[in-house]
Amino acid sequence: MTKTPEPCCTPQNGSEAYTVGPLQSGPACCEPEPVIRVTNLSLRYAGQPALENVALDIYRGCITALIGPSGCGKTSFLSSLNRLTDLIPGCTVEGGIEIDGRDVHDPDTDVQALRRQVGMIFQKPNPFPLSIRRNIQMPLREHGVRACTALEEKTEAALRDVGLWDEVRDRLDAPALVLSGGQQQRLCIARALALQPEILLMDEPCSALDPLSSGVVEDLIQDLRGRYTVVIVTHNLAQARRIANYAGFFWAKERTGTLVEFGQCRQIFEEPAHELTAAYVSGMRG
Amino acid sequence: MARRNPRFLRDLLLALLVWGVAASVAGSFLWLVGDMLWHGAGQLSWNFLTAATENAGRSGGIGSILVSTLLILAVAMVVATPLGLATAVLLSEFVSPGNRFAQLVGLSLDVLAGVPSIVFGLFGMAFFSVFLGLGFSILAGGLTLACMALPIFIRTAEAGLRAVPDDWRRGAAALGLSRSAALSHILLPAATPALAAALMLGIGRAMAETAALIFTSGYVDRMPSSLADSGRALAVHIYDLSMNVAGGDANAYATALVLVVLLIVINNIALWLAQNLLQKRIAQS
Repeated sequence: MTKTPEPCCTPQNGSEAYTVGPLQSGPACCEPEPVIRVTNLSLRYAGQPALENVALDIYRGCITALIGPSGCGKTSFLSSLNRLTDLIPGCTVEGGIEIDGRDVHDPDTDVQALRRQVGMIFQKPNPFPLSIRRNIQMPLREHGVRACTALEEKTEAALRDVGLWDEVRDRLDAPALVLSGGQQQRLCIARALALQPEILLMDEPCSALDPLSSGVVEDLIQDLRGRYTVVIVTHNLAQARRIANYAGFFWAKERTGTLVEFGQCRQIFEEPAHELTAAYVSGMRG
Repeated sequence: MARRNPRFLRDLLLALLVWGVAASVAGSFLWLVGDMLWHGAGQLSWNFLTAATENAGRSGGIGSILVSTLLILAVAMVVATPLGLATAVLLSEFVSPGNRFAQLVGLSLDVLAGVPSIVFGLFGMAFFSVFLGLGFSILAGGLTLACMALPIFIRTAEAGLRAVPDDWRRGAAALGLSRSAALSHILLPAATPALAAALMLGIGRAMAETAALIFTSGYVDRMPSSLADSGRALAVHIYDLSMNVAGGDANAYATALVLVVLLIVINNIALWLAQNLLQKRIAQS
């Protein structure tokens, strides 16, 4: 599981450099260099095991899809990566999660800095009941960006990144909640991108959207490849197949989820090593 | 055919019953208001609202009483709002549902909400008037009312904060926002209508209070010159006029009318805030 695989996509412009920033500023390619290392992870809700023995590496700049039926611990796994599990009473996490070599669950970890580095997008779009502008600028201000020009620049850049700028540039002070579902989800992604995270966790970001909006958000996620490390939970197997470089298949046995198989996306879908994976991706089970 | 059906008759009886009960409830309220209007409306005038009381309230107005009432109310709300808000935030945001301390606080609040006001009055007299040496004063009365209004204020504000969707809490946490930033920028503004409603309910409870005030703010009917003065609240004035002052009935009715109108206005503001603002938010999301 920890063996480093071959690069999953061809380098562009003769460079393999991984970049964070606007799409135009650098080549987009992922590297087979682990940025998140998970070893022997177990997670319990009030003593009831929800995840057991999960180990995988998440590679820098790549899109990693987590698939599997409901209730097999995919969302719990995702939440443990940015310690959002801290918010759930009675939830305990054991095992190792290292991001850039630092132990996430170390008591000394600065959780707010960690969550700035590891952004998260939820299934249901959750823009705050503020204006579009304040949705992006309020978190920036809280993270120390005070200058007006910087705030405005970052707002525009983030909205351009998600393709929302032209749709909302004339009504930045309108309430974010009047936007359509797809626009709200893109605003949430923009809000996360404005903080310049390195990693984006996405928990079924398209499942609450209509097919058209879902397509727009999916294209957006494709654009993030190479600039951000994306971990996406999805129930849409076709979508996972279209966008992911790596895929992990989770399955629950007696309500305890575990990682059955992890590998390059093509391998998981075309030559699965495990019969459960084969049955699931072919639509025979799950 | 349908008319002979016994089930039709049963439904008709049920309809008559519920309409009748509802009508009698509305009727008793209208009777009450009508009675007050009949006896009291004649006394009402701008002069009645502003002039000082004369002859133990038989003549003159209720100017000083209104001022005392508003001062007592102001003291109560200025004290109760920050305390209540902090407790509501603790209960809804800072502790998990099974927390022993939170359960103890919740139980205390529920018991306090049911304690008769005369008990609060005795407590207020013993603690604020005697122990803290505030005597019969508007300050002592206001503080006693704050204690009385706190339970309902806290419980309503807590429910309002709990009603704020968890999506926003998780969203704020996922953006690395601190707890205080999430509270001040998202949770408290989102709960504002409920907080306003809680405040109005607390005011309503405090305004209508008699027993808790007799022992604490007293019943001196002069215009108060400071918070250390004794002051007579509207409800105490009504009680005094109708029980102790022969010939004070007409002014008692008029004062009651003023009090009821004030309460109706405040309750409607609370309802309007709760429904309008809240529904606007829900419609948007």
